Formats: sequence, structure tokens, C-alpha cells
Amino acid sequence: MIKLYSLKQHKKDGETPKSGNQRKASAAHLRITKDLNELTLPKTCTTEFPDPDDLLNFKLTICPDEGSYKGGKFNFSFKVGVNYPHEPPKVKCETTVYHPNIDLDGNVCLNILREDWKPVLTINSVIYGLQYLFLEPNPEDPLNKEAADVLQNNKRLFDMNVQKAMRGGVIGNTYFEKCLK
Amino acid sequence: MCDNDHRRWNHLKKILERSSPFCHPDFEPGTGILEFLQNSCKLLVVGAGGLGCELLKDLAMMGFGDVHVIDMDTIDLSNLNRQFLFRRKDVNSSKAEVAAKFINERVPTCRVTPHHCKIQDKSEDFYRNFHFVVCGLDSVVARRWINGMLISLLSYDDNQQLDNSTVIPLIDGGTEGFKGNVRVIIPGITPCIDCTLDLFPPQVTYPLCTIASTPRLPEHCIEYVKLIQWPKENPFDSNIDTDDPVHISWIYEKSLERADEFGINGVNYRLVQGVIKNIIPAVASTNAVIAAACVTEAFKVATSCCPLLNNYAVFNNADGIYTYTYEAERKSDCITCSPRKAKYLDIDDTNMRLEKIIEILCEHQQYQMKNPALTIELDGKRKTLYMPNVPSIELKTRPNLKMTLEQLGIADGCKLLVADITNPRAFEIILKIKNNCVSME
Ligand SMILES: [Zn+2]
Repeated sequence: MIKLYSLKQHKKDGETPKSGNQRKASAAHLRITKDLNELTLPKTCTTEFPDPDDLLNFKLTICPDEGSYKGGKFNFSFKVGVNYPHEPPKVKCETTVYHPNIDLDGNVCLNILREDWKPVLTINSVIYGLQYLFLEPNPEDPLNKEAADVLQNNKRLFDMNVQKAMRGGVIGNTYFEKCLK
Repeated sequence: MCDNDHRRWNHLKKILERSSPFCHPDFEPGTGILEFLQNSCKLLVVGAGGLGCELLKDLAMMGFGDVHVIDMDTIDLSNLNRQFLFRRKDVNSSKAEVAAKFINERVPTCRVTPHHCKIQDKSEDFYRNFHFVVCGLDSVVARRWINGMLISLLSYDDNQQLDNSTVIPLIDGGTEGFKGNVRVIIPGITPCIDCTLDLFPPQVTYPLCTIASTPRLPEHCIEYVKLIQWPKENPFDSNIDTDDPVHISWIYEKSLERADEFGINGVNYRLVQGVIKNIIPAVASTNAVIAAACVTEAFKVATSCCPLLNNYAVFNNADGIYTYTYEAERKSDCITCSPRKAKYLDIDDTNMRLEKIIEILCEHQQYQMKNPALTIELDGKRKTLYMPNVPSIELKTRPNLKMTLEQLGIADGCKLLVADITNPRAFEIILKIKNNCVSME
């Protein structure tokens, strides 16, 4: 048992311990450094760090090389919080995209970004998850219901809409900016 | 007066100045202990809310003389039913300051020092000052922060032996409705908050697509307004302030509209507040029970008179009275407290270039790394020294390789954060620099 009463008598006279003079890195910093140094990006993805000293905020670009979104270029922002990896990173799509699982404000419906997040998952897992969304858009879990309905009922029309949106055009009431690679 | 003073602590003296078969075997009774409690023992109470008020009252009445309290919150009208150190006139004042003033006026033997700020605003030197810490918080994040701070204060000698004088025990109380728990954490020795994170109920999160397209519950509608509608419409040009009734009203109205649209019943102002603020109902008597148990442990920690709670007690009076104490186990790979032996690297002098440090890490018998990424904290700001695997950062940090430690501002005692595939976790290495030009300037 630690006897505070007797211990602290000499703590008073003693000076501050030497090795405690520099703050320990936070768990989030330890983990994100590890995650980033071990990123194995699919060849369709690149990352960009506006401030290389700030590993907690960065951008991801996905340029799908197959599927409906082939030829497009989509930007995402990642914000990693102090509670990482106990909380998932916050990810937003910064390109307006015609996609059943991404709404027009950039919210992304990917299970591991919310309800299925686990601390063992990494930035890599999220990037692969995002990439997969472009290969296999999922009409069952829609965030953009119009796009989901079209995908479910008429895949050809869906593909045409995607192409139109990526070239820059209006679908429904929404204008999509050109996002070709 | 003198006689009164004497009698006031009679009961404590019976415990502290006599031996008994129930004492801790190492306990040495004596008059110095009460003196220590009243004059030298310095402790920190984190949180001056429902639990905090009880804790401060109990601590003052148990003889503690030097108590600090930290809380960033101000008093809300709805607090007054159970946070009994506050009065109507105190609404909008600092919880820490009002609580301190109340105790100081009422219990002359106790001096409470308030800190009206975030726990994160205080430095290591602030926390290092205390003999122990008592937490009465409602947030897991804040608990984990305090826990991490106390663990980071531990120091080990060259034989990896824990320096006991750097150990600051943490007594943590928590309540939720009719349930509560108390735990005693001896950092570096017994399980920490992060060892047992799975004991906390996970926060309810609903899938975004459910919230957006197939809401079924009133909560789904409220979450929709919070997550999607607010950022989109940004009605007050600011983030949601959970204490601003105007903000809550806006969310309430929009949630109601959405609920109507989907034929969902049950959205009301209270629920909106509950979901947005993540409110759990507070029961005054549960706070009283948990605080009393915490302060009993505080008294034992300070005096060593009896064995401590070992180490986790749960209390539930929803259906009768149920208590149970068990020994939570330390997680061997706990990200926060697992015995991360301090690692050192001897460097000749600060004229060495960063690339040489990397070379040493790769060739060093103990480390044998492959492709390490290095960051460091300088002047309170983290700096990326080199990160080989991320092309955009590699390009920007490549010039650092040719720079000397001195040029990079790295001095003796600096902690390098190192991540490498040869280790399952990133860790820190303390640089021991023999000829330290930087600090000699
Ligand atoms: Zn731990």
C-alpha cells in the first residue's frame, strides 16, 4: 500500500522528477502517427496534409478506376479528434456527388464511421470503406433517396446521371460541379 | 472555542490516534495524521455539479483543510434542486467559485480554492501539486483526460521501478439515475479508466442513413436536425450551444416538423434537451451515497488507516439496495497505463543530423526499426520531423533530414514520438544528449 502520509513528507522537500518535465504524447497522436505511417493506399487514393505538423486534419482524394464513378475525382476531409481511436474520425465529402450514400452536404453514410466504429479500425479501414462506396453504391441505405431510387429501378439511368453529374450538370434540382479527373 | 475545536475532531482522533484490529497492518497511529489532513494534504475535486457539491461538503466535514475544485460550468436554474451549495441568486455564476465560497464561509477549517476553467487549461505542474484527486464528473472524456494526465505524471527510475512519490491516486465517482459506482485508481499500480473502458455503456449512435431516410423514433428526428439540418441551415451562424434555449427551441421545432412528416410521436422539448445535451437523470440521493463512499476512500488514501476499496464498487437502488465490489483487472495492453517502459536513446551531441538519428534507430540493437516516422512536441506544439510513408508529408519534411538537432530545436530530455512497423504501437523515446548545445546557450 502506498502510504501517502509518509510519502508526501519527502515529496514536499524533493524537487520535481526529471523525466516528467515534458508532456507525454496523447493517445490520439500516438495512434494517428502509427496509422499514417502504415497507410497502404489503394492506387486510386491520395492524401494531402495542408499542414504537415497537423496530422489530425487532412484531405483524401479518390479517383475510382472502375464502376459507375470511373473517371471522377472526389475529395474528402478528415478530422481526427482527441478521442481517437475511441471515436471515429469525422469525414466529409467536399465534392458534390450524385451518390445514394452521400448527401448533397457531404455527409457520408458508412457504417464504420458511426455505429460500427471500433478502436481497432484504422484510417486505412475508413479509406477502403470510402473507396468501396464508389465501387458498390448501396441503395438499401440511402442518404440521397432520389439517387437510391434511380439506382434501384434503373441502373442504366443511374449510370447516365452519374456521368452527367461528373461532367457538371443539373439532375433534379441540383447542380453538380464538374469533377472529372 | 479551543475546547470546541478539540471536540469537533474527537471521532476522527479515535480512528487516527489509536490502533485497532481493523486497521491496515502498516498503519501507525499518531497525532500527526490529523494535522496532515488539516494542514498539509492538498487535494483536487474535479467537477462542482451534483456529485461535486456532495464531495466538497463531505470532504470539509471529514477534516480536509486544503481543497481545490475545478469546473468550467456555470450554474443553471435546473441545478438548484440537488446542487445544494447554490442559490437562486447564483444562477449564471461559476459553479467552482460559488461552491468554494459557500464551504469557506460555512466550514472555517476548510479552505476551498476554485478554478473556473476547463481541466485541459491546467498544466502538468498544476496537477502534480496534489496528493490525490477526486472526480465527480458526468463525462467519460473528461475522466479519461484526468486519468491520462495522472498516468503521464508517473516517473520511473533507470531500473524501471516506479517512483512512488509521483503516484497521485484517483478516486472516481459516477452516478446515473439510481445507479452509481466508485473506484479507486492508483496510477501505474491498479487498473486505470482506460483499462476498463468497456464498462462504460457505449453511446447510442444511430446509422446516418436511418436518421436521413427511414426515421422511426423521435430520437432519429432530433439527431437529423442536429447532424444534418443544423450544419446546413446554420440558423444562428454558430455551432449548437446546448445551454442556449433559443438553439434548443429551434431544434425542437424542426424536429417536430420532421416527426410530423414521418408520422412519429413523442418529440417534446425535454427529449430534445436530453438527446442534444446527452442528459442523464440525476437523483440527489444517489449522488449523496456515491460521494460519501468517495470521501471515505479519500480519507483512507490520505491517512492509510484502513485498506482501500479494491477497486470497483457498484451501487444500484432502483430495486431494493444492491452493492457489489469487485477487483477490476489491469489490461496488459492498455493504451494508457500498460507499463510502457521509458525508452532512452543516447546521442553524443546536438550537432547530429536527423537522418543520423533515423539511422541509429534502424541499426540500434534494441530498436532495429525499418522506416520510422518521427514527431516531437516543441513549445507545446506538435511538429512532424519526418514521415516516410505519406508522400505529401515526406516531401515537406525531407529538408529536416539534413538539419541538426540543434537547428530543429531539439534538446536533452525531449521525447521523440516514433511509429514503425516493427512495433504494434507508436511510442516515445527520451533523448539523452551528452553535449547539449541548445540548453547551454
Ligand atoms: Zn490502463
